Amino acid sequence: MKILTLNFLTCARKACKATNAAFPLHPRDAELEIVETDLNPLFIRNILPRIEWDALREICVELGLPTLPDAAPEPAALFAEPIVPADTMQDADEGAEKQPTQLLQDLHRLLLETTIATGKLVCGNCGHEYAVKEGIANFLLPSHLV
Amino acid sequence: MLPTPSTSHVSFNNVYEPAEDSFLLLDTLSSSTESNFLRTRFSNSHTGQNESTEHNLGAPLILEVGTGSGVVLAFATANAIAIFGRSDLLTLGTDINSFACQASTKTVQTAITEPLAHLGHGKFLDIVNADLTTPIRSGSVDVLIFNPPYVPTSELPDLTLHDTFNTISLETSSTTFEQDSHLLALSYAGGVDGMEITNRLLEQLRGILHPERGVAYILLCAQNKPNEVKERIKNWGQPWAVETVGYSGKKGGWERLQILRIWSACSIR
Ligand SMILES: [Zn+2]
Repeated sequence: MKILTLNFLTCARKACKATNAAFPLHPRDAELEIVETDLNPLFIRNILPRIEWDALREICVELGLPTLPDAAPEPAALFAEPIVPADTMQDADEGAEKQPTQLLQDLHRLLLETTIATGKLVCGNCGHEYAVKEGIANFLLPSHLV
Repeated sequence: MLPTPSTSHVSFNNVYEPAEDSFLLLDTLSSSTESNFLRTRFSNSHTGQNESTEHNLGAPLILEVGTGSGVVLAFATANAIAIFGRSDLLTLGTDINSFACQASTKTVQTAITEPLAHLGHGKFLDIVNADLTTPIRSGSVDVLIFNPPYVPTSELPDLTLHDTFNTISLETSSTTFEQDSHLLALSYAGGVDGMEITNRLLEQLRGILHPERGVAYILLCAQNKPNEVKERIKNWGQPWAVETVGYSGKKGGWERLQILRIWSACSIR
């Protein structure tokens, strides 16, 4: 499962869902796998407003991945201005492609290419562990916990 | 007509095979009225590169509950531009049946790697093995799609057996008949009025949908008493609205199907 998916998941227990501690779920004993996919810079930019940045930072620390900036990047930090001759400046907005920065490429790698192949996702509120096997997380609860 | 995703790799011994209800969802989502509604609602004209970030509401999240073979989620993902007017959307699915999770993952991945899909498809996240929307973060879903187990039955499948039935036993290395029957029953058995599972989903719906952008497509059959269901939803009050936006099946037949669109009628901007 993709790291980005964790942005939309909480503990499945009803009593936990209302608590802040049930999000994000904490990966444990995770085996990561990189699954490459085409880079779509505008896509990454439009995902950013959906991301709970502090939660994503926390997940990166827990997975031992490179530390993210303290705050979500501004869109301007995702694209480098193209180098254009002065006399074509007025066309720059439409004509020249802005180049994705290293930060944008890193976010693509983290959010869409980094996957949890096996491991556990642990609720910070109740401690329940959800297993991830063959890339699929199991959120089914034993009947006494529902 | 947009192409129907291939499910030729799916074992229909324990995963629901696409049927009239699935195809009604495909037809409804891609109908001109619904794609106009969705395109207007999720217009990305405000996400042009030069606009400031305040207007960028971000990529919409599409959630299908109970993906089964994955044909509906694959269709929505592969035809993102045609249906939603944008390809920067995220798609996610849940199913209580782990075999369905595996099957639908493959169906979506296959559909978006078809040569014709490469330009306009959205970004598929994952299928998670879950009961309805239980692990989905509150308020995060923009579009929810649900083809429920809607057939009236005297009882629901026994969930105390689900854990053992949800995996392949190490001894047999294949599923048993009893196991397959349990897994298939989960895809169609709806209990009283065929509404027991749909009612649970309806209880979760307002918590899961984005309060302003949220919209759900839910399939009902005639025996679900659709008019009563609609009345109940109308009683939710502002900002929720409900309308039937798709029909199929013979008149008076018990499998006459319809699709409800339930949406937040808040002004978005
Ligand atoms: Zn919990």
